[in-house]
Amino acid sequence: MTDVFQTIVRAQADYARCIDDDRLESWPDYFDDPCTYKITTAVNHRDGLEAGIVFANSHGMLVDRVSALREANVYERHTYRHILGMPSILSHENSGVRTETPFLVARIMRDGTTDIFATGRYLDLYRLRGDGAKLAERIVVCDSSRVDTLLALPL
Amino acid sequence: MSVNAVVSESRVWPEGLARVPYWAFQSADIYRAEQQRIFQSDCWNYLCLEAELAKPGDFRTTFVSDTPVIVARDADGEIYAFENRCAHRGALICLDDRGNNKKDFSCVYHAWTYDLKGNLIGVAFKDGIKGNGGMPASFRMEDHSPRKLRVALVHGLVFGSFSDDVPPIEDYLGDAIMERIERVLAQRTPVVLGRFTQVLPNNWKLYIENVKDSYHASILHLFFTTFGINRLSQKGAIIVDKSGGHHVSYSQIDRAAASDAEYASQHLRSDSDYRLADPSLLKGFDEFPDGIALQILSVFPTFVLQQIQNSIAVRQIVPRGPGRTDLNWSILGFANDTAEQRLARLKQANLVGPAGYVSMEDGCVGGFVQRGIAGSPNEQAVLEMGGFGAESSESRVTEASVRGFWKAYRAHMGL
Repeated sequence: MTDVFQTIVRAQADYARCIDDDRLESWPDYFDDPCTYKITTAVNHRDGLEAGIVFANSHGMLVDRVSALREANVYERHTYRHILGMPSILSHENSGVRTETPFLVARIMRDGTTDIFATGRYLDLYRLRGDGAKLAERIVVCDSSRVDTLLALPL
Repeated sequence: MSVNAVVSESRVWPEGLARVPYWAFQSADIYRAEQQRIFQSDCWNYLCLEAELAKPGDFRTTFVSDTPVIVARDADGEIYAFENRCAHRGALICLDDRGNNKKDFSCVYHAWTYDLKGNLIGVAFKDGIKGNGGMPASFRMEDHSPRKLRVALVHGLVFGSFSDDVPPIEDYLGDAIMERIERVLAQRTPVVLGRFTQVLPNNWKLYIENVKDSYHASILHLFFTTFGINRLSQKGAIIVDKSGGHHVSYSQIDRAAASDAEYASQHLRSDSDYRLADPSLLKGFDEFPDGIALQILSVFPTFVLQQIQNSIAVRQIVPRGPGRTDLNWSILGFANDTAEQRLARLKQANLVGPAGYVSMEDGCVGGFVQRGIAGSPNEQAVLEMGGFGAESSESRVTEASVRGFWKAYRAHMGL
């Protein structure tokens, strides 16, 4: 169990560092294909509402999210700092490892203004691959239903 | 109260519709006047969806700009709306966003209790205790209640007004706007697929201008052009109602100009090198027989109904102060969606909302204006694209519907 825990923690840390270091092109590589990635709110999640702020059910849709951010969408330059809590291993079966991990994301705008942009939890299904793990599913459940200005970079 | 009592005497609006003074987006006195002259006056404000109040006892709390409002379906089957403000000392009556099986609302402060129509039906210790204390004999419960709103339903949309003088909603909207709401919502039951609030760092009118601004669409929003999704074979137009305050902008596949085969090939041809890795995002389904692929509709002052392909949403704009606005998104499906159709809607929801491929920019551009004009209250925006009028137009390269908004705004504000 220790190995699984370490594998998950390593995957989580690498994922967060990838986004915070602005290596978004590598971000889809943390996912399996097919995969599910959804950003939603705690209330919508509790009430079983399906739509996400972001929703992808293929690796390609994650690649497209990055291309759009790089080439099409307009937003003021900013970065994130992810602070992740320890993952809770909820189950470990042949289908994969289900975990829940709390996060806090600060957003740093180009003028240096730093705010807590989002808090919440990752509800993950990891598939173990060799000595690593890929996300078959990541539901990002934000605690708040309010998004300041816009949500561009992935959480 | 006359508008001059709340708006500083120095506010003089420029002639015509093609100039907007920047103080209109900045000033506390203007914001206060808007509460009186627009939101609490002879306008219809969007409150919620009828589908959110399916059964007697269902309720929602919402806002008409600053004013908190309760909307409920009573045991008599009708929908009622009233201020979420206790008639006693002004506390919020209801602290929940929504709920079911409600029989009455009781203020937590002193347990003054209201029925689902907003009538005061109970006052704790009204007759005192053992003959001591209590309300005076002259106190009559029927003289005290939060202000009630008139309620009107339009194809499942619930609107409310504080005014007894506001025209019936059908007249307020006019036939053209009614028909365009009907084509999206009539004869089917919406299902809320998600609710999000986008907090905009700008005056509410900057967002409304953006919604009505068909000129910016292909310039600011590059998602479709970047990925080579050609829209040249589409024709469009804008409709501005006679008040100016409501509008529709739409684009339609021009079946005469492009056969389906040609359209399919054009769909993927452009100068751009970028293609969607997963084009299933835009593989929708034929929902509207009229071929209209995009329709943005606004109702004065603060309601938007959006159809972008199969992505249907209502947007409620809630002004929160001169420089802050809540944009409440309700992403919709319909009760009779198949599983495939529902999945298509979930995918296309990526186009809209706080992270939307074609609406993300609208969340920040109002802030760019708010910050840009910070030192220039007496400078003016220029709105001359497409001329000086506020009429419907076959061209979308126009600011006619933005001018229409200011026409209606000034009429309500007396500016």
